[in-house]
Amino acid sequence: MGAWDHRENYVREGKPSYLDERRFTQVGRSVPRVDGPAKAKGEAVYTADMVLPGMVYGKIKRCTEYAHANIKKIDCSKALALPGVLAVLTGDEAPNKWGIVPASANETALAVGKVRFYGEGVAAVAAIDEETAEAACDLIEVEYEPLPVLLDPFESMARAGEVNIHENAPDNILHKGDQIYGDVDKAFAKCEYILEKEFKTGRPQHGYIEPMSAVASYDTQSGQLHLWASSQVPHYLHRQMSVVLEMPMSKIRVTLPAVGGGFGGKGEAAASEFVACLLSRKIGRPVKVTFERADVFYTSKGRHPCHMKWKIGLDKDGYIQAVDFDNTLDKGAYAGWGVVVMFYTASMVHLPYKVPNARTHVRSVYTNKPTTGAMRGLGGVQPRFAMECMLDELAEMMGISPYELKMKNAIESGYTAINNMYVPHTEYKKCLQTAVEKSGYLEKHGKLPFGKGIGLAGGYYISGTAYTLYQSYKPHTSVTLKVDTEGGVTLLCAAAEIGQGCNTVMAQMAAEALGVHYEDVHVQTGDTEIGSFDLGSFASRLTYASGYAINEAAKEINFKLKAMAGGLLGCRADQLIIKDRMIYSMYEPKFKIEWATVVQKYVNSVGALSAVGHFSPPRRKGIDIITGNRIQGANIGHSPTFGFSCQIHEVEVDVETGRVYVKKVTEAGDCGTAVNPMSVDGQVEGSIMFNMGAALYEDMKFDANGKHLNPNFHDYKCPTFMEMPDMDTNIVESYDPTAPFGVKETGEGAVQPTFPAIANAIYDAIGVRFYQVPITPEMILKALKEKKEKEAGCGCGCSCGA
Amino acid sequence: MKQLICLEINGREYDVPVSPRDVLSDVLRKKVGLTGTKKGCGMGDCGACTVLVEGKPVLSCITLAIACNGKKVTTVEGLTLPDGQLNPLQAAFVNHGAIQCGFCTPGMLMSASGLLNRTPKPTLYDIKHEMSGNICRCTGFKRIIEAIEAASETMTEGVK
Repeated sequence: MGAWDHRENYVREGKPSYLDERRFTQVGRSVPRVDGPAKAKGEAVYTADMVLPGMVYGKIKRCTEYAHANIKKIDCSKALALPGVLAVLTGDEAPNKWGIVPASANETALAVGKVRFYGEGVAAVAAIDEETAEAACDLIEVEYEPLPVLLDPFESMARAGEVNIHENAPDNILHKGDQIYGDVDKAFAKCEYILEKEFKTGRPQHGYIEPMSAVASYDTQSGQLHLWASSQVPHYLHRQMSVVLEMPMSKIRVTLPAVGGGFGGKGEAAASEFVACLLSRKIGRPVKVTFERADVFYTSKGRHPCHMKWKIGLDKDGYIQAVDFDNTLDKGAYAGWGVVVMFYTASMVHLPYKVPNARTHVRSVYTNKPTTGAMRGLGGVQPRFAMECMLDELAEMMGISPYELKMKNAIESGYTAINNMYVPHTEYKKCLQTAVEKSGYLEKHGKLPFGKGIGLAGGYYISGTAYTLYQSYKPHTSVTLKVDTEGGVTLLCAAAEIGQGCNTVMAQMAAEALGVHYEDVHVQTGDTEIGSFDLGSFASRLTYASGYAINEAAKEINFKLKAMAGGLLGCRADQLIIKDRMIYSMYEPKFKIEWATVVQKYVNSVGALSAVGHFSPPRRKGIDIITGNRIQGANIGHSPTFGFSCQIHEVEVDVETGRVYVKKVTEAGDCGTAVNPMSVDGQVEGSIMFNMGAALYEDMKFDANGKHLNPNFHDYKCPTFMEMPDMDTNIVESYDPTAPFGVKETGEGAVQPTFPAIANAIYDAIGVRFYQVPITPEMILKALKEKKEKEAGCGCGCSCGA
Repeated sequence: MKQLICLEINGREYDVPVSPRDVLSDVLRKKVGLTGTKKGCGMGDCGACTVLVEGKPVLSCITLAIACNGKKVTTVEGLTLPDGQLNPLQAAFVNHGAIQCGFCTPGMLMSASGLLNRTPKPTLYDIKHEMSGNICRCTGFKRIIEAIEAASETMTEGVK
């Protein structure tokens, strides 16, 4: 076990341990994942590995002729006649609309009436094996009436009168909104430095290695449906299933086997899940639907391409006075997370710098492309790219270091943004300082030879949201702790372990709260029937939310055990401490008794112990804090606390080939208390590579008819081992006193600075700024050529550009 | 037309009826029941399906099962020691945080096993180069490299 690192826990001198809430024994340790050994042995069961007695296979027939067409007729007779086919399904049989945001729900299990993107499902088959199901799909005949295809959001808005993607959106706009805080025009009038730029981002997708899979088993006698699915939102999936199947939630159980990554892509229900359930109900046998990689590309809800116009103004001393931000998002075919993502992009203006006046105009526009949705760092990555690049450029205009400009404007703990977002705690400045010192940024920036460059960028992200996606006042997470003489400690919560490590972190926090060891805690997640309620794995919410609920539940159990132990030891219960599987007096440690003994006495005399803890986030309102007026969409963006980070990338640009090589990344992050530092580093390293891909290579390509050109890992290029830079990730010392165990997020904040850090480094290397990602070799070569021509221009060697 | 082939999988012989178009990954997963081998792309791009055939890493999702008739196949299940303990490579993956979602892990372990069989003390470049056919979206690769380096050290201890 020699790989555990030796980072110290937060031990503060001069504080007796019983008064020091930060002296942890289980939290802060780099213990190996609880699910590691099973995964290393190949014994972890993923959905696609499951086989149930009598199980058959489902396949979806996709429209691969058109990206926009009316469905005139579907003829399934030949498919039904094929031996081995048990049932076919068309969209008309399940027309109820689903969507994670109920107000804009407009997706159906299979297309009804028309298809709106290339690869949309139009029918499905259940058959005795996959080969038969595939053959049957080929026999389904669909007659289409092609419609004009809209692929660009601006064209989509301009031609809305002529071509309509959704009946209830005559302007082809899902939603739009304006948020105005303070007096932006007046503030700009007083600015010394003003920069206006336009930015564009590409269309990456998640690339989780496990394609979606679903196994559904409907019991015709009891009317109970059991769904196993590779999802990161068992609760929202449960809700959507109830809507589409018109069955009460109490008749549906959702269970997650091991899940092979999500990154937001499994943060909505998927057609595989609906089709498996509908087919199983139809034939009364278990049905498995597993996506091929192409199915994933067609339907996975990647990141919204954004067309952004920015204007930022600084006063003569470099303090930000005003930000004007206009964003047009490419929504693709259906709403999904759309409204939420759109308003997140607007909220990102307000942190991690002090912005006293801000104006945002955002709109999310339908196009005939696959739906965009939640993807790691949802709504943050695009605006962060623009803002951090512009501050880099503004620093240059001022003749100061980008580091100095960012330090000057960085927020501090206790900051309330103009939209009422409250930041209880931040070590953002420490992140900037640490990364700058460790990378030697100040010594290198602007001083490296041509072709080599270094770039700095910062970022932040939420640690959970303030509101559910549907109107509800219930707690966002509930944790049940069960303590008995048989099972020891069991933690029950319907949270989703998708690889991020929540089961391990929850075991560590529960052990800390109960005074036992993390190995003593059995974590049971991912089951809506067994676990107590949880919203799901998104918005980097789970460590904070479950930590809070765990503390609440543990308090109740500890209270009961201390009362029992107090009686046994003959001392006051409120003077007892529980740590390291012992219960002892904080004043007289010789009064002690083993935790397990007390549990046994308690169970014998009273019965098994269990307690439920709940977490509800503070419900902050989105208002203009000067006028007090409510602002549309501004409830989005609030969080109990926020994580912060800084990345410094060092790149080499091959001026012959245009290739960009990221050589070294120095990162410093404020994730509050690192419950498991090894796991934090893993999240950060993964985040850097994840967005390095979207910064330099990854982009879904479509032809003029909307046909997806690269729906596979061969043509859609993800970074590999060969592209991996040297990574130095640093966890800055941080403890949020308002958070359970002092924790914050790290899973999505760490993707935020990657785009701008790379773009800023490329500028430092070759003197060309890019306002678009991915930054491809073609773009680099073209820019270098233009630069050369411009410099050669008048022949005098100056840069007059003549 | 099915044909009976014999595969020696993890030291045990299996007679399996296959059709000529059956790929090795499907045969392992569906006919033999060894689901540790994963299917991530079905086109040989992601590496999740990597197994060893005669000690050499192959992409089982684009390898015809029939072409492996009579050959030795090692899957992730075959790495585990007879007493159920993790082998040094598996243990290094667990202890170094080289596993997150775990879906690429079996393929990573098999590619790394193939590498260490051939090159017991690989350089950093050897590792990066040999492993570049395996994609991981969770870890950023760094900890996988550390795990392979650590396993190499453990496995070559005392070997000159």
